Parts: sequence; structure tokens; C-alpha cells
Amino acid sequence: MKAHTSVPPEAAAELLRRHRFRPIEALPWIVIALVYFLLPKSLALGTQILIMVMFALSLDLLQGYAGITSLGHAVFFGTGAYAAGILTIHGVGEPLVGLLFSLVLCGALGLLSGAIILRTHGLALLMLTLGILLMGAEFANRAAWLTGGADGLQGMVVGPIMGLIEFDFRSRVAYVYALAVLLVVFVLVRYMVYSPYGRSLFGMQQNINRMSSIGAPVRSRLVVAYGVSAAIAGVAGAVNAQVNAFVGPNVLTLELSAGVLTMLIFGGVGRLYGAFVGAAFYMIMHDYLARVDPTYWYLWLGVLLIAVVMYSKGGILGLADKLLAWGARK
Amino acid sequence: MDIILGVLFNGLSSAMILYVIAIGMSLTMGMMRFVNLAHGSFAMAGGYGLVFFGEQLGLPFWLSIALSTLLVTLASAVLERLLYRRLYGASELEQVLFSIGLIFVASAVARYLFGPSTQNVTVPDALSAQISLGSFSASSYRSMLIIAGFVLFGSMTLLLEKTSLGAKLRAAVDNRRMAESIGIRSEQLFILTFCLGSALAAFGGALGAEVLPIRPSYAFDQLNYVLIVVAVGGLGTLYGPFVAALILGITDTACKYWLPELGAFFIFAAMVVLLLWRPNGVFSRT
Repeated sequence: MKAHTSVPPEAAAELLRRHRFRPIEALPWIVIALVYFLLPKSLALGTQILIMVMFALSLDLLQGYAGITSLGHAVFFGTGAYAAGILTIHGVGEPLVGLLFSLVLCGALGLLSGAIILRTHGLALLMLTLGILLMGAEFANRAAWLTGGADGLQGMVVGPIMGLIEFDFRSRVAYVYALAVLLVVFVLVRYMVYSPYGRSLFGMQQNINRMSSIGAPVRSRLVVAYGVSAAIAGVAGAVNAQVNAFVGPNVLTLELSAGVLTMLIFGGVGRLYGAFVGAAFYMIMHDYLARVDPTYWYLWLGVLLIAVVMYSKGGILGLADKLLAWGARK
Repeated sequence: MDIILGVLFNGLSSAMILYVIAIGMSLTMGMMRFVNLAHGSFAMAGGYGLVFFGEQLGLPFWLSIALSTLLVTLASAVLERLLYRRLYGASELEQVLFSIGLIFVASAVARYLFGPSTQNVTVPDALSAQISLGSFSASSYRSMLIIAGFVLFGSMTLLLEKTSLGAKLRAAVDNRRMAESIGIRSEQLFILTFCLGSALAAFGGALGAEVLPIRPSYAFDQLNYVLIVVAVGGLGTLYGPFVAALILGITDTACKYWLPELGAFFIFAAMVVLLLWRPNGVFSRT
């Protein structure tokens, strides 16, 4: 333990302090709880938002902390969804088993594909993530005996949670279920990004060569981040399949990958809560605009994306930070 | 034998359209390191331009293509000045999201102006005929595509290999800083390349309107294929994307014909393997 004594006490205190929850961090959870009581009619949309928060969170780990841009993250969401769905068709109705199955499967797939593709970077890596997604999509589309092909997975029977709690038609159970899974995932991710491991990921994002030369095993750390991110995306997909009791081929598309990236940049990349704000903003805007006219939705989505990239790189939370700083100066 | 010829012929003609669209993307990506996923939107705009001038105003086919290409080129110059310019050197994430945003806007505008359905394009009588060579008969439209592709490839090669502009361009792709320090004005080259790329895309989109159907989702539909050509072909070479487009077009047509149950799976798998083998592109010099 000699090496640790060289850490200055202030730095050690700072490291510890980061792990502590700040009061402001309770805000999103209070909002999520309030929605359950105040907006009982919107719980179906609410559940969908919670699932997307989870998915965006997994991508934040990849993009915001490990600095890997992926166009193919939907492959893990989709695989998780299909895995959980196919399990229920073959008589395993217990949702928690489905979650575990998707977690292990997608985690393993993430580690395996990460180990293969993370040797590249830049355009090649971007194309490889996209290529793997396209392979998965084409496979799901062709293997109709397993996935139902273009019609989607028919006949899912999702059992009660732990044999006790049935999913209801008003999405109340679904909402609480998604919330519980999200909470567990969030605590894990938060712990991870503030740990020394998370710091080293951040260091690699800043300057991978320097991290390598101070002796960090960069490749294996990136692969682990990829695997964890894939596992979480798989869990989000599994929850999505279970609460909707349906999986369609739309879970394995470039559109979904682009959508979740969009959510993340709307909320703010690399700040954990960006996933919450961005997913809620995106989904509510989609719900409202697409009902009016899908053309408007695409137009506004495109305009907003361009505006965020050009003018507000921190997304909504970055903007809030700037406003707060501006207010403090006044 | 006729079937093999037919597959080769159809594959070749699709490959040429892909090449003409992809070459601009390869040039801009090689030079500016800008991941412009919205490049297909310029091709789509070219196609819609043909629909507007040719179908709605009733102008002749070739004149419509020329007008449409010109219009898209001008529009791309404006876009480069206003938007793209500010993102050179930005992170991949920003470039990817920015260009996806552009795709969304372009498809929304297309849907608003022309409706959600696929557009019909009338080609001149001379192009709708069949040419028969013995027992093999070929569509003259597709023959025209193949000839146009080879002509463009030839002229691009001449432009890049034999002119001083081409030499400057290649220098800027290879090493931008070095090129700038010997007095090459890379900013001017950028906008020129960008416009040339979008002009080619618009031309390809209009010319291939019968093979690659013009509809609002065009840019997303073709994105995968164009990206494969660019990534596998490698940046900064001319023949790389050409060969990649040839292989992709012919393999894709052959797979669809002989192994329809595999679909495009083989293409995507091949791309992944090729990129793992040579991440900078199969035909790149590095």
C-alpha cells in the first residue's frame, strides 16, 4: 500500500467526495416518482421514456466516458429485446430471468465484438459498429423461424414478476418495473464512472497515447466498457420487450441508433443525467409532433440536431450550466 | 451464360451509380476528415431536381439533369459556407449527428414538396429501348449508366493525376499542413472539392433515378451502400472506391439473384471482415 501514500490528501478527499450523492441528484427521481402519481394516463409513454433513459445511459458510458462513437448500439438493444422475447415464447415467462439472460448474452456479445473491433478507430470503427448492426438486422429479418422476421415476434407470454406481480393494462406495474431496473443500472453506472476505472476511461478519451504510455491497459479497458455498455443496452431492450409483449424489427435499425445518439446529445454527453433529460425531451417531442404530422417531426428533429451541434455542444444540461453560471455572475 | 451476363450487367450498372455518388463523399472525407453522412441527400436532391424540371416543367431529360446538377451544386456551396465549414475538425460524434440532422431536414423538405411516394421518372425513348446482342438483351438505360460511370471515372482520374489542381488536391489529402505551408490554399480547395463532390452526387442521383428510386428516405436507404464503398475503397485514392463499387454492385446483384435467403447479410459480413483486415480501406496506400 506504499504507493497510495503519495496521493495528496486533498485529491483523495476529492475522489471520495465525487461518490457522494449531491442533493440536486434527487431531482430527476422525484420527477419520475411524481409522474406516477400525477400523470396516471401517461404511464405508457413514461415507461418508454425510462427504457430510453437506460439505453441512452449505456451509450453515455461508451460515448461520454470511453469516447467511442457507435452507429450500431441498437444491435445490443435489439438482441436483448429478441433474447428476452424468445425466452418467453419457449415457456420461461419470469421477467427477471429474461433480464439476466439478455444481460449475460449482450455482455458476452459486447466483449467479443469489442475485442474484435476496438483495434480500429475513426471511420473504420464507426463503419464496423454500423456493419455489425446491419448484420444483426439482416439476420433477424431472415431468420423468421427464430424472430418472426418482418412481422416481429408473435405470441410472447410475459409472466408475473417473481411469480407475484402481473403486468397490468394501465402500465403502472411496467412503469415501476422499468424504474426499478433503471435505478439499479444507474447506481452501477454512476459508481463505475466515478471509480478509478471510470477516470482512466476519461483519460483515454482525452489522450489515449498518453494513457497508454503511463501504463494503462487501454485496449482491455475499452473492451470492458464496451461489454458493460452492451449489457446495459441489452437489459433496456429486454425491459422494452417485456412491457410491450412484442418485439418488432424496428429495434435493430440505424434509426434507433441515431435516435439514441440524438437523445444523448440533446441532454448532454458525458454527464449521466444528460440521458434522463435528453430521452424525456426527445420522446415527449416525438409523441407530440409525430401525432400532428411525421414530416414536422423529422424537420424539427433535424433542425434541433443541427442547432445543438453548432451552438450548444453540452445539450440542455450544458445550457443550464451556462445559465446558472451567468446568473451567479449577475 | 445469359444469366451470368445479365447479373454482371445489372451489377455493373448499379455499381456505376454507387461510384458516382460515393466518389464525392470519399474525396471530402479524405480531405477534410469530415464524416458527411448527408452526402446521399445531395444525390436525392439531384433526383428530385430531375423530377421537378423533367416531369413537372416538362423540360428535356438531359437539360433537366444539367439544371438539377447546377442547382444542387450552388446549394451545396451555400451549405458549405454556412454550416459545414464550422464543423471541420469537430469530433466524429458532432459530424455524424450534424449530418444525420441534415438528412432529416432534407427528407422532411422532400416529403413536404413532393409527397411521401416514390417518384416516377420518364427517360427519353432512346434510353428505354432494349439492345440485343445475340441471345443477350440489355437495357439501353443501364448501358448508358455503365458508359457514364466509366467516362466519369476516366475524367476524374485525368483531373486528379494530370492537372495541377489534382496535384494540389492529392497533396492536401496526403498532408494538409505540409500542403498549406508550401502555399496551397486548402480552404479554396475544400469548397471546390465539396462542390465537385455534390455535383457528382446530384448527377448520379438524377441519372440513376430509375435504378435507385427517388423518395424521401433515399439518403437513409443508400447510406449503407455508399458508406461501404467509401470505407472499403479507402480514402484518398480514386480507383479504390471504383473497385469497391464494382465488387459491391456485382456481389449484391449476384446475392440477390442466387442467394435471396441470405439477403444483404453477406455484403455486410464481407465489409466487416475487409475493414478488420485493412481498417484504412482495402485499396488505401497506408
